[in-house]
Amino acid sequence: MPKRTDIKSILIIGSGPIVIGQACEFDYSGTQACKALREEGYKVILVNSNPATIMTDPEFADVTYIEPLTVAVVEKIIEAERPDALLPTLGGQTALNLSLELKDAGILERHGVEMIGANSDAIRKGEDRELFKQAMVKIGLDVAASRTVHSLEEARQAAEQIGAFPLIIRPSFTLGGSGGGIAFNREEFEEIVANGIEVSPVNEVLIEECLLGWKEYEMEVMRDHKDQCVVICSIENFDPMGVHTGDSITIAPAMTLSDREYQVMRDASFAVIREIGVETGGSNIQFALDPKTGRMVVIEMNPRVSRSSALASKATGFPIAKIAAKLAVGYALDEIQNDITRETPASFEPTIDYVVTKIPRFTFEKFPGADSTLTSSMKSVGEAMAIGRTFKESFQKALRSLEIGAAGFGAGGKFGDSTPPEESLIERRLARPNAERVFFLRYALLAGFSLERIFELTAIDPWFLRQLADLVEMERTLAGHSLDNLPTPLLRRAKAWGYTDSQLAHLLKSGAAAVREARTAAGINTVFRLVDTCAAEFEAHTPYFYSSYGDENEITPSKRRKIMILGGGPNRIGQGIEFDYCCVHASFALREMDIETVMVNSNPETVSTDYDTSDRLYFEPLTLEDVLEIYRQEKCDGAIVQFGGQTPLNLATDLKNHGVNIIGTSPESIDRAEDREQFAAILRQTGLQQPANAIAHTEEAAIKAAESLGFPVLLRPSFVLGGRGMFIVYSMEHFKEVVRQAFDVSPNRPVLIDKFLEDAIEVDVDCISDGRTTVVGGMLEHIEFAGVHSGDAAMVMPPHTLSAEALERIRQAAHALAKALQVVGLMNIQFAVKDGELYVLEVNPRASRTVPFVSKAIGVPLAKLGAKIMAGMTLEDLGFTAERLPKQWCVKEAVFPFVRFPGAPINLGPEMRSTGEVMGMDEDLGLAFAKSQMAAKPGLPLMGNVFLSVKDADKPKAVEIGRQLAALGFKLFSTPGTSKVLEEAGLPVGRLFKLDQGRPNVIDMIKNGDIQMIVNTPSGMTPRRDENLIRSAAYSHNICIMTTVTGALAAINGIRRLQESDIRVRSLQDYLATPA
Amino acid sequence: MADSLPGILALEDGTVFEGLGFGAAATVAGEAVFNTSMTGYQEILTDPSYYGQIVAMTAPQIGNYGVTPEDEESNAPKAAGFVVRELSPVRSNWRSTGDLADYLAGHGIPGLQEVDTRALTKRLRVHGAMKACLSTEGLSREEAVRRARDWSGIVGADFVQQVTCEQPHAWDADTGIAYYRPTGTSLPEPLRPKRLYRVAAFDYGAKFSIFRKLTRHGFEVMVFPGGTSAEAILEQKPDALFLSNGPGDPAALQQIHQTTARLIQELPTFGICLGHQVITHALGAGTFKLKFGHRGGNQPVKNLETGRVSITAQNHGFASDPKQLEARGAVVTEINLNDHTVEGLRHKELPVFSVQYHPEAAPGPSDADPLFLDFFNLVDRRARGQA
Repeated sequence: MPKRTDIKSILIIGSGPIVIGQACEFDYSGTQACKALREEGYKVILVNSNPATIMTDPEFADVTYIEPLTVAVVEKIIEAERPDALLPTLGGQTALNLSLELKDAGILERHGVEMIGANSDAIRKGEDRELFKQAMVKIGLDVAASRTVHSLEEARQAAEQIGAFPLIIRPSFTLGGSGGGIAFNREEFEEIVANGIEVSPVNEVLIEECLLGWKEYEMEVMRDHKDQCVVICSIENFDPMGVHTGDSITIAPAMTLSDREYQVMRDASFAVIREIGVETGGSNIQFALDPKTGRMVVIEMNPRVSRSSALASKATGFPIAKIAAKLAVGYALDEIQNDITRETPASFEPTIDYVVTKIPRFTFEKFPGADSTLTSSMKSVGEAMAIGRTFKESFQKALRSLEIGAAGFGAGGKFGDSTPPEESLIERRLARPNAERVFFLRYALLAGFSLERIFELTAIDPWFLRQLADLVEMERTLAGHSLDNLPTPLLRRAKAWGYTDSQLAHLLKSGAAAVREARTAAGINTVFRLVDTCAAEFEAHTPYFYSSYGDENEITPSKRRKIMILGGGPNRIGQGIEFDYCCVHASFALREMDIETVMVNSNPETVSTDYDTSDRLYFEPLTLEDVLEIYRQEKCDGAIVQFGGQTPLNLATDLKNHGVNIIGTSPESIDRAEDREQFAAILRQTGLQQPANAIAHTEEAAIKAAESLGFPVLLRPSFVLGGRGMFIVYSMEHFKEVVRQAFDVSPNRPVLIDKFLEDAIEVDVDCISDGRTTVVGGMLEHIEFAGVHSGDAAMVMPPHTLSAEALERIRQAAHALAKALQVVGLMNIQFAVKDGELYVLEVNPRASRTVPFVSKAIGVPLAKLGAKIMAGMTLEDLGFTAERLPKQWCVKEAVFPFVRFPGAPINLGPEMRSTGEVMGMDEDLGLAFAKSQMAAKPGLPLMGNVFLSVKDADKPKAVEIGRQLAALGFKLFSTPGTSKVLEEAGLPVGRLFKLDQGRPNVIDMIKNGDIQMIVNTPSGMTPRRDENLIRSAAYSHNICIMTTVTGALAAINGIRRLQESDIRVRSLQDYLATPA
Repeated sequence: MADSLPGILALEDGTVFEGLGFGAAATVAGEAVFNTSMTGYQEILTDPSYYGQIVAMTAPQIGNYGVTPEDEESNAPKAAGFVVRELSPVRSNWRSTGDLADYLAGHGIPGLQEVDTRALTKRLRVHGAMKACLSTEGLSREEAVRRARDWSGIVGADFVQQVTCEQPHAWDADTGIAYYRPTGTSLPEPLRPKRLYRVAAFDYGAKFSIFRKLTRHGFEVMVFPGGTSAEAILEQKPDALFLSNGPGDPAALQQIHQTTARLIQELPTFGICLGHQVITHALGAGTFKLKFGHRGGNQPVKNLETGRVSITAQNHGFASDPKQLEARGAVVTEINLNDHTVEGLRHKELPVFSVQYHPEAAPGPSDADPLFLDFFNLVDRRARGQA
């Protein structure tokens, strides 16, 4: 049957802001779906609150709504657009949950919208643990013994029934398993259960038999309306059960299953997808296997595309989301061609002749105090994937792709030293799953631990352990040689096992260049192989490559003009989807200019690593050696480093020194903006000022500098993104505590110390320049005062409080800086305005995190223009010579992962901690802000009780806040200090005990659902313990919380506007079509 | 690995791949072919259809889960030689009883690892399956190429006589695993019907799994050597006829064709792989050699009568001519969606059907398992109709 003609328009719901457990993979899948459905002639209506996505670019859907993902908002969109169908399976858990809510509220039925792909019964059956378990038992599959409970009492009974600790606690309907855990004793059990019941939106948790240490597998399966099923990819987890699969190192294909075991898992997967009733599309099914008996237990299934399906797509070349979209509109698998072979149909199962390794990336350093143990609740913020012909090659490539300083599996770099730490430490680090465990496996092997002992400590499959032992053995062997006496076969094998020239140089006490020369002389050259879905059985047409060492090089570079685009590598806080967005735009832009694009990236979640984004895709680590090899073999004409965030920028100078033509702003200019002294000269030259500052190369010098600048000061390392190691310091005592940390973040680089401008208004400016003309793309005024990292700050575009005169000064300053730095491409500047003075805080001659936001706001694709300028065009050629103002208010709000890191301080500061952002747009500023809050969750309350507690300095403003809230009908509650101030101002206020002084306190009220909003400004840099407890409770109970006075005032304005008028929706295309 | 010796694989076109030997120290010649299955090396090695062939696996990590007698498809490995990218130095699986290298050594079969199997595969894809020589005994490149060229080749070769059983015998119904189910998993599997039929099964180099599945589907399996005459079969008064898989060129089996031509007039018949090709010839149609064959577990086959696609396990180097089949009273029921070659046929009048692929899987997907039930039903209907 060909595609359905009874439906004409389809609503796709995106996944919203990037959060832990839901990252760019849903932009990748959503973008694929939009493209696929439009190709088929359907009208696509898209809603997503995340502006940093490719899918929300106006050309990817017929109608695009950047609006909050709530039932009320989506209902309005449905009313306005009247879609025939809703495709709920492409926007992660968010879209799935929202679709269910729309269904349950009767909205879909009322407007005649059909759910396609998976219906609500299937979603419920797949998501509800109890229903799922019943379904599994019904079809003869084994499940872990378990019981769903809604109270502590029930939980205790369940624990009795199952029999023995440890037990797993999984809250229902939470993202990435958040709020769950493993309890090894009764006390832990009660604690986790209580928390789990709270965080579950349905107050439900599953108590489950613990399969800790079992082998874990995933199957990515697809089904079409003819009930034809295929497996796209099998994945084996390196980390056994107990670690969330998102936090596990995973390997594709499965490595240790015989055919019989694999086939029964395949049959079981099909039985699951059929029984759950996913009519068409992809699902992910997870299994655990008892390594001793082979008992196979179904863990869970996701009736939608997922992070793993994105990984499987990149790992095999089979585009799951694209095919899922086509299946949803009625195609059968055999009616769709495989893009890669072009001649064979999509009704087959990819077979791969390489090994894929995915390693998660963590950022525990940003959440001090949080437990870094890996559990069933996901904590990683990104991942790197690598492809190699063998496990060893793939594994080493993945480790160096992580960009955490590891050279690979040992042989130099971070964790690469040859002296292991003491045994007891190794034992502890092996027994407790953690982000560095993989490196401690190597230390254990170096320290002479037997494989049996390591297995006992980790339960990692002996097959993997032996592979690692082989690598350690190789490292030892190599270290016993020098480059001169190294036998060629050994060198050849070392390269095939994934060692870089630098790793070999480290072991052979030589230089990377010398190793490269020696191996080239011996005929050992990097070759590139194709990812072709079929293990070379058919000719492949899609240029998707990975490097390896072998007999044949499969690339044939063209003679066209060719530009390499360096991606951003694994997501981390501070470097995520925004930069991938820019890289994708660079590729689209250059292709429009008929320039061939060569994309290099290691992040499987991204649109940039979709095989049809660029002319040629290299799934490779972003290290100097890997990148140079591609550049040379492809004979590129230039490379773009300013779009992928800090990763490619850090390589810029080295690349240039090796003959790479960096197009756009020169690496020298980038350095000049970063180098304090050179930058000061530029400011003098342009007549601009920065806060008084100093640079220090030692701790002593830093202390002296701080003393002479006077507190407060801002302390920060150089060459970092995301405010890593950045501190606002109010006293020498505190300064001495933190200065070491700042140095540690960028070893061998100086730290910078600035006089901190308190209560200054901060403005982010994104501009574009072709070297002669400069145009401001957008100015964004921070809602919080200076001191909150721009990635975390809420921002308003256009600026809402600054005068026209101030804005003009900012504009002139931006032009002057672009000229002075000879910017060719994009530039981001952070300004502060205080007491009528303009200060330049920071200049980054590269794409910034706000580029996608600004581009959406003004309807001009800045990143595309930037890329075209780098390739030689002028702003005049591009018709963008005048600044464009948005016709609506655009508010950016950040979302934070605090719920994942209990114990870490919850506050806004100079170190970025948000994982993602949303955009709220409206013609009314209050409503735009309200939308941004709604999109970032939990949204502003319209009525109820507000808990108000502010630091002393904010007490006068507390009165203003209290008065306005009271006028809006809110009841005020407060602790004694703030209460007194409010009462003195004549405001009625309910007094609550301070946390340690009695009950009821605010946390009791939060838990009872009696608090709708919290205004709590921090007393110092680090929130006090009680403040943190309140905030933590607010986050886990989804209560609106404002931690700055300015934020609170913006919220009040939003609430007022929400009370006065209904929320309204408007599409991006509509905004852009309206004349200014 | 330290004690393994260099070895080589030479192709008739002069290409030589160097690697490290494992398994037996030996020199063998055969047809070089590649298999794209990611699991199931032991089943592949022991599938008698690989007799006379040097099999290269495209999956790079081989030997990971060791070997176990449970996964054997015949009494010993039958492939001439085995080529892999990387042999696992360790085995890790609860069912495993031994190492792959030891297993091959014990059966005198040479293996070669650290070969760029992707380069080899592409060579075979582009230039077709080739005569080859694998040596782990220090043969020179020139000598190996010469031996490859001197090998008699697969076209026109009757290999059935090398792998068929010597005596007719009854298949022991209790041998081996027909449907693997881990403890605790009880996915539906066919129950043996109450009524039993006797099937005469020609062993052209049959895989154990076929007989296990026939048994599970209500057949008492009487196994006959490939050269058994039609009269000898009919004397046993079987209810049905089964023609197995096997190695070599199907066109070279004239006597078998004649025997089959006679028997299909009398008995409801099911053929798999070589059995399907034998039926093709018995009907008077021909087979031809594919460039590099189909060997793997991911081959899409479309049933033209139902429109459904199954993912199938395949292992064949020859295919039936569809035009000739249609002209000789057969209907092409299934085709391969990759290259549109014939994957299944049914006779228009006679109760005869066959498939080119392997519904018994082992290794590979079990999507086509219902064919065994189809066979039972065919026999059952006929038996009841006659009764």
